[in-house]
Amino acid sequence: MCIRSTEQGNSVDYRDYYKILGVERDATQDDIKRAYRKLARKYHPDVSKEADAEERFKEVGEAYEVLKDVEKRAAYDQLGEQWQQGQNFSPPPDWDAGFEFSGGGYTSADAGFHSDFFEELFGRAQGGRAYGAGARGQGGRRGEDHHAKVLIDLEDSINGASRPITLRVPELSPDGHVQLRERTLNVRIPKGIHPGQQLRLAGQGGPGLGTGESGDLFLEVEFRKHPLYRLEGTDVYLDLPVAPWEAALGASVKVPTISGAVNLKIPEDSGQGKKLRIKDRGLPGKTPGHMYVVLQIALPPADSDSARALYKQMEEQLAFNPRANMGVA
Amino acid sequence: MTDKDQNTTHAELIDELTTFTLAELCRACSVEGEYIEAMIEHGILEPLSERRPHYAFSAASLRRTRVTVSLQRDLGVNLPGAALALDLLERIAELDAQLERTKP
Repeated sequence: MCIRSTEQGNSVDYRDYYKILGVERDATQDDIKRAYRKLARKYHPDVSKEADAEERFKEVGEAYEVLKDVEKRAAYDQLGEQWQQGQNFSPPPDWDAGFEFSGGGYTSADAGFHSDFFEELFGRAQGGRAYGAGARGQGGRRGEDHHAKVLIDLEDSINGASRPITLRVPELSPDGHVQLRERTLNVRIPKGIHPGQQLRLAGQGGPGLGTGESGDLFLEVEFRKHPLYRLEGTDVYLDLPVAPWEAALGASVKVPTISGAVNLKIPEDSGQGKKLRIKDRGLPGKTPGHMYVVLQIALPPADSDSARALYKQMEEQLAFNPRANMGVA
Repeated sequence: MTDKDQNTTHAELIDELTTFTLAELCRACSVEGEYIEAMIEHGILEPLSERRPHYAFSAASLRRTRVTVSLQRDLGVNLPGAALALDLLERIAELDAQLERTKP
């Protein structure tokens, strides 16, 4: 989840909505629409691979919300061109006189979160909703279910862990404004959880109306890249470098597994990329995963006379042609 | 909640064996039953049990539904478009994983 300060006060960071959409200040409404659609596709959090996609997507959405509306755009333009993205900004008094949206009358059906800058200019939303929750309720009074992602390490799945996750929750203040409140939950990561699984936190979603119960929070689990291991479901993969003679003659070598080192027997005449299975040494669980060791033959450097002599000896004594199947004699 | 840590929130694991009823899926993704029916029509969702309305959906349906809703809402994609996008996204995820495996 994203963490952002929500300090109160009139000084906010200026946002250059034209720069965010990558258009000139004199862009036509059509230019703005096209630029927005392209960026919305690029940064959509369900499509994009960029790490900050969700933030960028919201930023682009907010910029479009202002610039697509000629009234808001005119008011925004009136602030002048001298401001820089991120610059400390306070709106001049009466800057919005004569514009219809003034007085906190802003409402939007599909607005997510807005920056403090937006809120300062266009008033607080009258009914925001969290990212990922649909507009259509179920008619009942139960709160909406929310969805978020949590990033964990492989070790968290092996040992089980508690992970704090920070959520930004829109909340109605007593005077009817929507405020963002930060809420930190300590989530227990169950042992053996693997990519693609989810967690449900009962009652941690949107608040219910009146006496209605709260919705649930769904967490999608993603794994941080591990320096040694790769995960495939509950199976753990490890690339294991071996010397050519270990692969050729067979050997017993020590290999790391997620539950401690084990001795692994490499059969003789093993080729590059050979996959060896260590039963039940994958992620723990009722049916534990397996560990797969993939042999990577490492070539000793020919950096001494004796090493070169050994290679020369192989060349002379082994009838070995690695390109035998390529049809080039 | 454990005895040791009062602030730890209990999380229920949704694994490959967890299934959702139509009502649960609707609630989790804030959509109407007709929407789910339409997703089934377009092959976006494949219920494990087809005895409507007593469907059983896999945990993966939750994600597919959520992504469909957000693609529709945010990008104006229609259901066939969302179906295509989901298939391509899954294919990309598979290829990414494969690439990851072959990378030194």
